[in-house]
Amino acid sequence: MKKELIALRVNGRAHELAVEANSTLLDVLRQELNLTGSKRGCDDSSCGACAVAVDGQPMLACTLLTASCEGREITTIEGLAEHGSLAAIQKAYGDWGGAQCGYCTPGFMMSVHWLLQQTPNPSEEEISNALSSNLCRCTGYVQMYQAIRAAIAVEQERRDT
Amino acid sequence: MSQFSVIGKPIALVDSAAKTTGAGKYADDLRVPGMLIGKILHSPYPHARITRIDPSRALALEGVVTVVTGEDAPNKYGILPVGHDETALAVGKVRYVGDNVACVVAVSEELAEEALELIEVEYEVLPAYFDPRESMKAETDLIHSEKPHNIERDYHHVFGDPEKGFAEADYIQEGRYLANEVTHAAMEPHSTLAMFDLDPYTGQMGRLTVWSSTQVPYYLQHKLSMVLEMPMSQIRVIKPLVGGGFGGKSEVIPLEIIAPVAARKARAPVKITYTREEVFLAHRGRPRTIVELKTGVKKNGRITAVAAKVIQDGGAYCSYGVVTILYSGALLGALYDIPSVQYDGYRVLTNKPACGAMRGHGTVNVRFAFESQLDEIAAAIGVDPAEIRRENLLKPPCITVNGLRVQSYGLPECIDKVVEASKWRERKGKLPCGRGLGIACSHYVSGAANSIIRSDMPHSSVNIKIDRDGGVVVYTGASDIGQGSDTVVAQVAAEVLGCALSRIKVVAADTDLTPIDIGSYSSRVTFMNGNATLHAAESVKEQIVRASAQHMRCAPEDVVMAEDRVWKRSASPIAGTVPGMAEQDAPTGSGHVEGQILRGSVQQKRKQEEPKDHMSFEEAVVAAIDFHGALTATGSYAPPPEARGGKFKGGGVGPSPAYSYSAQVAEVSVDEETGAVTVHKVWAAHDCGRALNPVSVKGQVIGSVWMGLGQALQEEMVWKHGLLMNPGLLEYRSPSAKESPEIEAIIVESVDPEGPFGAKEASEGSLAAAIPAVANAIFDATGIRLRESPFTPERVLAALRSKSVGGNALQLTNNVDPTHPEAFREHGGVLLFRGKGPFRHVLDPAMSKQRAAGSEPAGEK
Repeated sequence: MKKELIALRVNGRAHELAVEANSTLLDVLRQELNLTGSKRGCDDSSCGACAVAVDGQPMLACTLLTASCEGREITTIEGLAEHGSLAAIQKAYGDWGGAQCGYCTPGFMMSVHWLLQQTPNPSEEEISNALSSNLCRCTGYVQMYQAIRAAIAVEQERRDT
Repeated sequence: MSQFSVIGKPIALVDSAAKTTGAGKYADDLRVPGMLIGKILHSPYPHARITRIDPSRALALEGVVTVVTGEDAPNKYGILPVGHDETALAVGKVRYVGDNVACVVAVSEELAEEALELIEVEYEVLPAYFDPRESMKAETDLIHSEKPHNIERDYHHVFGDPEKGFAEADYIQEGRYLANEVTHAAMEPHSTLAMFDLDPYTGQMGRLTVWSSTQVPYYLQHKLSMVLEMPMSQIRVIKPLVGGGFGGKSEVIPLEIIAPVAARKARAPVKITYTREEVFLAHRGRPRTIVELKTGVKKNGRITAVAAKVIQDGGAYCSYGVVTILYSGALLGALYDIPSVQYDGYRVLTNKPACGAMRGHGTVNVRFAFESQLDEIAAAIGVDPAEIRRENLLKPPCITVNGLRVQSYGLPECIDKVVEASKWRERKGKLPCGRGLGIACSHYVSGAANSIIRSDMPHSSVNIKIDRDGGVVVYTGASDIGQGSDTVVAQVAAEVLGCALSRIKVVAADTDLTPIDIGSYSSRVTFMNGNATLHAAESVKEQIVRASAQHMRCAPEDVVMAEDRVWKRSASPIAGTVPGMAEQDAPTGSGHVEGQILRGSVQQKRKQEEPKDHMSFEEAVVAAIDFHGALTATGSYAPPPEARGGKFKGGGVGPSPAYSYSAQVAEVSVDEETGAVTVHKVWAAHDCGRALNPVSVKGQVIGSVWMGLGQALQEEMVWKHGLLMNPGLLEYRSPSAKESPEIEAIIVESVDPEGPFGAKEASEGSLAAAIPAVANAIFDATGIRLRESPFTPERVLAALRSKSVGGNALQLTNNVDPTHPEAFREHGGVLLFRGKGPFRHVLDPAMSKQRAAGSEPAGEK
């Protein structure tokens, strides 16, 4: 298939890439840009491990055509750390056992990060709604709630001081 | 105050930042220059002879480098020495839908996929066997010609005197239980990258390096050596981060053999990554199982005898099957004090993907049956379900009737804790209609006492190297697959050396660098590798202490390593004579020794000074290196002979140096209109000996209970004529956060005499109890006894209707009653199943029969 040149903004940097019309964003991120933090778990939008933010909105890169992302701002898990240090939610997931094998974790980071941006103090139900967009086989999700609560407390403290 | 500084503290996994930032590399994230992609052609038939393979059209495609077939690597292998029945790719015959026929190597995944369709394969379709009980009657067209009646292995064990036991019983309960098939579905699909180096002396392909998503790098190295006919020393297996295993990566999966074979033929590095559907077909999960169980008790609930007949639908290859069927028997009678046990186990071959080891290996489905039956007995004789379990406790230290040594036994406390936490006494039987509580117990080994490859080698070995920078490098073969074994290793080493955790660098699971460890399965790593680390750290500590003692002019017994320093006992923080060590003086782990490390020894610099009463960690290390010449140590662990079990055929499986115990209470409600079961909460108390890292232990316990709940309520591999109808995460119904209840993990510490700091396993023992706890809670809520898992709405509804109309109105599930299941059913008994399973091939005999009958012509879904 013939390739076309497109401009893509990923994690604040501009890239010019030659992509096939049918290439998915996940393949381009992983294979062309070597941003392997977004994972391939299912190929059919079942698991959420490939979630990235497109113009701030979490989307599943495994079923998103790269060509449709031209000119849009893409943030991957690699773009989530704040100024080279762990974001509160990343630190909390480590401390509270929110990540075990870690394969689903980047996807969860994107979903939870978006949740906390939209709803700084979410209810249990809002959290479970957000978590249900991704699948995890290790944790049973229980410790993720604790991690999210801890991250909210840290953010709250940061705002207060 | 805790007697430990690092042990028992909640500590983030050492690789947690790599995981939360996406920086960590899993096998599929790796690439090497010139890497090609492999794609596998799978069989569309459940059982067929291959009469011809013609790859010429595929090879003609630009960008296709080679096509590999069975003839390229015909050596047989298998994870068990008694089960060498697999080849890299099919030789002459395929045995399940999805069996591996050929592998295309091409420059891209798309091209490889395109080429797959161009390979011409002719098959001669054979009759296939899908139901284990039908398969056992087979006389012809055997799945493996050397296995008569398609029985992989059967065992018949009698312990004690079951006949007498049943004669003495006041009450006997019998029943048949069916557990349907489940799979690991780890989030990371299997992936393998294989690369040969060119040998500088011969100019030919020399050493092989394999990066693979495996729980057992050493076994992979061993099997590759057999198939490729290369010495093990020429094969390096590296385990990158692994995205979950649960047993699915605890044996050599076909792609792990195919990728190196393909790399050899293509003369270039080859990576193969399974699609999610291929992961389901590779399977090796928990076999569907028929358990016919009989239990006799006295009036007070004391068990007199148990008899079980277990049939496991093993799929097309042996895999871990012989071990699975033995585990089912070995651990059946070892949770409680049961004087007599009779066990008849049949591992049967069928034309389905092979089953293997899955979390709770072999013990889960029999535990479901046993704990359900115990609940039935309790109801029948009027004993509280928690009490009947207390009535039958072991009295350790003891040896169970089948020869398993039990030293630490936290089950009584586990039962007490969950009874208390769930307010069992106040609430059991008093909840509103449709809501109920159920209790169940389970246990698991802390590693098998006998390795699957019989030898005298230690099960775990660990090397430690400390250099003048004060950094401690621990080399371990243990495979961290997300359970946190690298973190346990770091904690144990830091605790023994009294140093900061940040000093410890763990190098793990690389067969060139790390000593042999037999892998991450049967929950062996904390116990065995923890002990090996403990021994290595103690040995290196002794060297540091000896040099420091000389340096501080005191006896070695008076040297204490604590708080990242080395102390004279009189001055140590343990003696309490250092009033409030100043913050800036506290361990930093930054590793500076005033720039002296490389230029000269600290000993020389300090020569003129008075002997000190403490030294920094670096000073002590430099002193020790100057004293000994180098600072390294090794440690290893092998289970003691008295923990290795009885001397009967099959007695090698089941024995473990220590067992974990779990008790659980589940609270459920049942919607009698829809049949939907909701689990509101599970209280799970787990005896892990000692919790080295409480956050991790709770995570493991919660994760196993959760996986058990998945099997209890919704996960099920749905088969039709050997076709998997739901090979996707949504269709398989892996529970989402919405379907996952609160699970309260309660840690019980029995402090095992042989565990590292008293620790035992934490990752598997809690799984099995979740299923019967839910079944028993459903009984409490509705009065129906489900004997077939999972307890899907269809089954619950059918059971409710069979109760209300006396078993006559069961149209919903083909007149089959899940309270008295007979046999496995196509589509799991669901009439309205909508899966995305593969189309049936037109040449399939089942299709031609249908064609003859004039029904739908082809492509039945």
